[in-house]
Amino acid sequence: MAVLRFNQAINAALREEMARDQNVILAGEDIAAAGGSFGVTRGLLEEFGESRVIDTPISEGAIVGLAIGSAATGLRPVVEIMFIDFIGVCFDMLLNQAAKMRYMSGGNISLPLVIRTQAGAGYNAGPQHSQSLEAMLMHIPGLKVVMPSNPYDAKGLLKAAVRDDDPVLFIENKMLYGMKGEVPEAEYVIPLGTAKIVREGNDVTIVALGQMVNRAVRAAEELEAEGISAEVIDPRTVTPLDKECIWQSVVKTGRLVVVHEAVKTGGFGAELAAIVQEEVFDYLDAPIQRVAAPFTPVPYSKALEQYYLPNEESIIEAAKRICVGRPFGLRK
Amino acid sequence: MVKIRRFEERVAQLFAEGLIPGFLHLYIGQEAVAAGVCANLRKDDYITSTHRGHGHCIAKGADVNKMMAELFGKRTGYCKGKGGSMHVMDVELGILGANGIVGGGLPIAVGAALSAKLKGSGQVAVSFFGEGAAGTGYFHEALNMAAVLKLPVVFVCESNQYAEFTPRRTHLPVDTVAERSKAYGMEGYCVDGNNVVEVYETFAGIVENVRLDSRPVLVECFTNRWSGHYEGDPQRYRGKGESEEWQKQDPIAKLEQGLRGEYQVEPDELQQIRNFVESELDAAVSFAKESPLPRGEETLEDVYAW
Ligand SMILES: Cc1ncc(C[n+]2csc(CCOP(=O)(O)OP(=O)(O)O)c2C)c(N)n1
Repeated sequence: MAVLRFNQAINAALREEMARDQNVILAGEDIAAAGGSFGVTRGLLEEFGESRVIDTPISEGAIVGLAIGSAATGLRPVVEIMFIDFIGVCFDMLLNQAAKMRYMSGGNISLPLVIRTQAGAGYNAGPQHSQSLEAMLMHIPGLKVVMPSNPYDAKGLLKAAVRDDDPVLFIENKMLYGMKGEVPEAEYVIPLGTAKIVREGNDVTIVALGQMVNRAVRAAEELEAEGISAEVIDPRTVTPLDKECIWQSVVKTGRLVVVHEAVKTGGFGAELAAIVQEEVFDYLDAPIQRVAAPFTPVPYSKALEQYYLPNEESIIEAAKRICVGRPFGLRK
Repeated sequence: MVKIRRFEERVAQLFAEGLIPGFLHLYIGQEAVAAGVCANLRKDDYITSTHRGHGHCIAKGADVNKMMAELFGKRTGYCKGKGGSMHVMDVELGILGANGIVGGGLPIAVGAALSAKLKGSGQVAVSFFGEGAAGTGYFHEALNMAAVLKLPVVFVCESNQYAEFTPRRTHLPVDTVAERSKAYGMEGYCVDGNNVVEVYETFAGIVENVRLDSRPVLVECFTNRWSGHYEGDPQRYRGKGESEEWQKQDPIAKLEQGLRGEYQVEPDELQQIRNFVESELDAAVSFAKESPLPRGEETLEDVYAW
């Protein structure tokens, strides 16, 4: 098995899908000759030519429009919005056009398009280059939203996204691009909507997104040393969401902590907490905890950004808040 | 110009030393544009800037102490450490912000020009942007809006030949951005953006007319970006020796030559300017280094709604 970085794993997925299906094309700013600002599309121009790997002007609205029109007419475009922050500029295309085309047409048109984009804080890139906006996207019926946390998943999920017949937002966390992991050369695809139990445990369920999955695992290791057995779940896709997997875990542990990097207000955590209490309230032994960023833009200064980002300590604290001093094993 | 150049060179050094984090987009090579344009502006005129904004801010009169402190992420910076390089603003000086969104400044300048017009204040708004930004919807919408509403805006396109790593010819299907002015019913001009005297003189006339007649103008300044798109950019997209070739058009050297030849300015006088700038920047770096970091909880301050 090869060890690849996260960005190389995505590159491999694109290469394989382009080789497999000649309708798969790429477009975006700096993605062709330059190989992408994070090196994700490096080498693909040389391999597939400039009719399939297209450098565009700085025109996000038109990039997404290009994806919509070409997807409606037989191609399978994978376009890049360099930073998720810039979806502001193309939001109409996403929310009024891409998301609704299938529905508005009574199912006559499907849009097999993928928008790859990059998100997250940790780079001191400031308020307009560091956001996590999955909750905004999750709120729109018609968009699928994928957030991988490691190279293996990134490759398998991107391949599924390319093969999917509906618009998929594929969100890559910028702090993960350098992460190494084993990625098989043999073909594999991870179906959208399948969560992964990253670590098994009995006392508390921690559901985390993207970069936060890795922090949750480290937090779980420390909790283990203190006698708390945490199960860590990575949903991998927020839409569609593998509710079943999360419910089962909560039924087993009776406790839930949700961790994400986006602001807490109106976030994925709020939605998940609501879903869980609707379905498995009877099994909860303690209040659901959310660990997320404060309700502010992402600050630039190192001192502030560290405060902003949820970390291992905040996850541990949240888990202890609902575990310590409360008896385990009272589940009905 | 010297202050902008040396500010940038120092910032590059401080970045290499790990004292400045994040993304830094340097303006080295383009100084004549900011200096030549802003020398024609009143203190209360507005500018909107870009991700490559240090030069525009300095030329408009920004305090280098506060800029440097901001880049260090310190509480004494222009944005209390919340904005960083891409978001320096000073409302009192009419600097409505560097901007991390390409093209984002253009419509904002249109809005500032509207307020100037309605108040009858005689202010103008100048929007700096790159030729890459001429591909954005904002560019087209802002020009059209400004022309329709007859607003006092000067759109200043700095053509430095690249949008990030992509050369001009790949993303721009016209010979000049300036010629697009016709499509929006406004005047358009091209100037040598490496010649500060030419920039200054061209804009002197333009700014005055815009101020008097309240109508927008588009000007394209041809210049070069010597450094990478951002600090640390390996510049694989660039030919060997290309930057060196551009450095032959150094706007500062050109100006110095002119001053010494035509105006017989003594080398000492130029040296004095340089010395003055160095001491000002020494002070800025010390100020930034000695300033306190913000406390974590300050993250929570200055949010509109809570
Ligand atoms: C809306 C948006 N899209 C993409 C980017 C990423 N980006 C930052 S700078 C840049 C190139 C800008 O080129 P140009 O306008 O010519 O300015 P220059 O960098 O040459 O000064 C790009 C694509 C961005 N910041 N905002």
